[in-house]
Amino acid sequence: MLRRRQVLALGAFLALFGLAAGAPALADTTLLNVSYDPTRELYKDVNAAFATYWKNKTGETVTVKQSHGGSGAQARAVIDGLDADVVTLALAGDIDAIAKNSKKIPADWAARLPHNSAPYTSTIVFLVRKGNPKGIKDWGDLVKDGVQVITPNPKTSGGAQWNFLAGWAWALKQHNGDEAKAQAYIAALYKNVPVLDTGARGSTTTFVQRGIGDVLLAWENEAFLAIDELGPNTVEIVVPSLSIKAEPSVALVDGNVDAKKTRAVAQAYLEFLYTDEAQKIIAKNYYRPTKPEAADPKDLKRFPSLTLVTIDDFGGWAKAQPRFFLDGGVFDQIYKPGK
Amino acid sequence: MTSIGLAGGWRIKQPSVIPGFGLALGFTLTYLSLIILLPLAGVVWRTASLGWSGFWAIALDERTVSALKTSFGTSLVAAAINVPFGVLVAWVLTRYRFPGRRILDAIVDLPFALPTAVAGIALTALYAPNGWIGGLLAPLGIKVAYTPLGIVIALIFIGLPFVVRTVQPVMEELSRESEEAAATLGANRWQTVRRVILPGLMPAILTGFALALARAVGEYGSVIFIAGNIPYVSEIAPLLIVIRLQEFNYAGATAVAAAMLIVSFAMLLAINLIQAWSRRRYGYGG
Amino acid sequence: MAADTSPSRGPIVSPSFTGATTEHKATRWTLTLIAVSFLLLVIVLPLVSVFAEALSKGFATYLAALIEPDAMSAIRLTLTVTIIAVPMNIVFGVAAAWAIAKFEFKGKALLTTLIDLPFSVSPVISGLVYVLLFGAGSVLGPWLKAHGVEILFAVPGIVLATIFVTFPFVARELIPLMQEQGTTDEEAALSLGASGWQTFRFVTLPNIKWGLLYGVLLCNARAMGEFGAVSVVSGRIRGATTTLPLHIEILYNEYNVVAAFAVASLLALLALLTLGLKAAMEWRYGAEIAAATRH
Repeated sequence: MLRRRQVLALGAFLALFGLAAGAPALADTTLLNVSYDPTRELYKDVNAAFATYWKNKTGETVTVKQSHGGSGAQARAVIDGLDADVVTLALAGDIDAIAKNSKKIPADWAARLPHNSAPYTSTIVFLVRKGNPKGIKDWGDLVKDGVQVITPNPKTSGGAQWNFLAGWAWALKQHNGDEAKAQAYIAALYKNVPVLDTGARGSTTTFVQRGIGDVLLAWENEAFLAIDELGPNTVEIVVPSLSIKAEPSVALVDGNVDAKKTRAVAQAYLEFLYTDEAQKIIAKNYYRPTKPEAADPKDLKRFPSLTLVTIDDFGGWAKAQPRFFLDGGVFDQIYKPGK
Repeated sequence: MTSIGLAGGWRIKQPSVIPGFGLALGFTLTYLSLIILLPLAGVVWRTASLGWSGFWAIALDERTVSALKTSFGTSLVAAAINVPFGVLVAWVLTRYRFPGRRILDAIVDLPFALPTAVAGIALTALYAPNGWIGGLLAPLGIKVAYTPLGIVIALIFIGLPFVVRTVQPVMEELSRESEEAAATLGANRWQTVRRVILPGLMPAILTGFALALARAVGEYGSVIFIAGNIPYVSEIAPLLIVIRLQEFNYAGATAVAAAMLIVSFAMLLAINLIQAWSRRRYGYGG
Repeated sequence: MAADTSPSRGPIVSPSFTGATTEHKATRWTLTLIAVSFLLLVIVLPLVSVFAEALSKGFATYLAALIEPDAMSAIRLTLTVTIIAVPMNIVFGVAAAWAIAKFEFKGKALLTTLIDLPFSVSPVISGLVYVLLFGAGSVLGPWLKAHGVEILFAVPGIVLATIFVTFPFVARELIPLMQEQGTTDEEAALSLGASGWQTFRFVTLPNIKWGLLYGVLLCNARAMGEFGAVSVVSGRIRGATTTLPLHIEILYNEYNVVAAFAVASLLALLALLTLGLKAAMEWRYGAEIAAATRH
């Protein structure tokens, strides 16, 4: 056993040197896509399709490496020097942060690709226990006594910020634009939250596997995936009367692709996301395609139609983030003791 | 009983015939500075950019104080539980022979080896209302997972080996002669344990306590899964650091980090001083 | 370890012999029972649940999770990091313990406290410090990068974070032991004309051998299992900078709970294996250990 470990160890050393020596030579055909948590399954499929597409088009072999994590944490890693060729994050706000703090992405990045650089969208829905025992139909039911709501922490999760904003938008409409009432609603909502996980995936696990809570606020794609992977017979989706159009955005990291000389292939990768082929994969993975005509109609049928507000109704991320989520924002205010 | 420490004098190092002081200390200080102090200085540097008033505003902010309280409070409880049980485990493992002892002895180190995230997931699975243990406690109205109690459970798991492994080698070293002498002089077993064995173990017990406490205060991976993370209730200080980082607020994050560093450094220093004192008081064993 | 030779210490012991230095049979049984139940509850149960989850879909699935390429690359990276980090901390631990345990000097408590510090530094901060030191926003990071040296989000950063986290293990294991042993043996050796190195090699080292081994095992186990600090500096590039614990997290987040626990059980097994190795050595060299620790 000891000998085997030594052999492994030797192998490890060689691998290390191989890694160090091999990295620059491989750079022109390896891309790094730094993404957020729920896109793992999506990009596994997209990357395979892109590799074939690129091979057919140019004859070059390209490997796309993936890095997944909380959207904000991933943005910070890129700011701190992670060599991402492209970023595909949960919020435009996180890409703005990279642009602002590292200057590796120009400030007008969103205008460089169609649909505000969002090749797919999603929305926020409710996941409830099978048969909906608490009779949860809409946002108003979430603040009732004895209803436990599971949602991640907006401080650490991008998806949780969409959850928060969707709830706010509903309350604002319900109370004819009275912001004080909307804030009271949000405060009551978060009073019913027993666990604030750090990420969307953690919340899904808490809800489905640990059996905590009556309703999970989730990305639509996460809700579908959770039913597929974890519990077709234990949970079901409830569509609220109003939700938000969540736009996960993508961007080329100019500072890195220029240093690594991968601009052409990285740009092609992002443009590939808008092709019919990729849009089909996107719909299959429960994201709403921006080009629905390219998707399989069977996949499209799964998406319920509902009224959606957008981030622009909040004045864009540049306004929404400091107001609601940064230090001292609405989310901090509702947790102040004595409120 | 040799005790170099008894000699007085105000020089930096007291005279000794043993060689290698310069080399050993020099290497220790260099390595310590490069690996620990220089990087930590970065935290202080960033915090310093806030200025004193800025630092205190963050350190004394209600949210920070409550997170620090949660972290230190649960860590203290966990370490206090680990001391009697850890010493008992060490005692049983060194003094008694029973089937399965070696396996148990080996297994004590498991919390070191198990990635903290896995420990967190496993403990949450066990203590959630639908878990093996949580299911037993739920009908009694006891909630463990997603409450501060859950944090304590995770920290007991993380801290136990520190107490056992610090106390165990010293316990093995304890000379049987002094115990026999005490018994010959008419002490009963309890008196021998209390008056002869425990004082000899005291430095090690304190070290174990300090290490378990110190480790628990900073623990992140295992706690976030089981804690619930509700601000002002079950939000730990390391999570607050992560939250501040997520807001791209490096100064805020390092300020909380620095506050934690100061408190745990003060605690560790106090315990090490007590330990040094008790070693002078009781002398060396062996 | 000296206990091995005496039959009087087990809970099961002949009633005719109740030595003055042991407890009543009932006390021994009770104490053993409490200790064993505590260990079962706190440590064994979580361990069992890891294996139960890992094997819940059968052995084939379990094995498949381990030989998959990303898992293999994580195993390689974890071993690489451990092989660099542990020896460095061994050398440091012995030197620090020698200075602290064998000499009396001013500022000793301060030094000991500084050595303990990485224990209390949150893993989140341990990673953060290197980000602050080598990140794109620092002075050092861009300069090193311009000269082709990658630290952050590459292997060196992971090694540094691991060294930071496992820094005190060996030293902490040796200091109380060497303090307990005092300096008598070394003084005797020196007075008999041994050189400093000889004294260390033939007197101190055999005395601390087993404590050192414990320290190395702990350091090793923690180095392999560290999550928080490494996750901050790794960049989580799948198949390149993911260590075993990070790979476990990735799998868990992909709803691949069985595979996650399978890889976790590998770390647990690895720890149990090294600890078993230690137990086997103690059994084989029991007499020697007893001689080394009995004065």
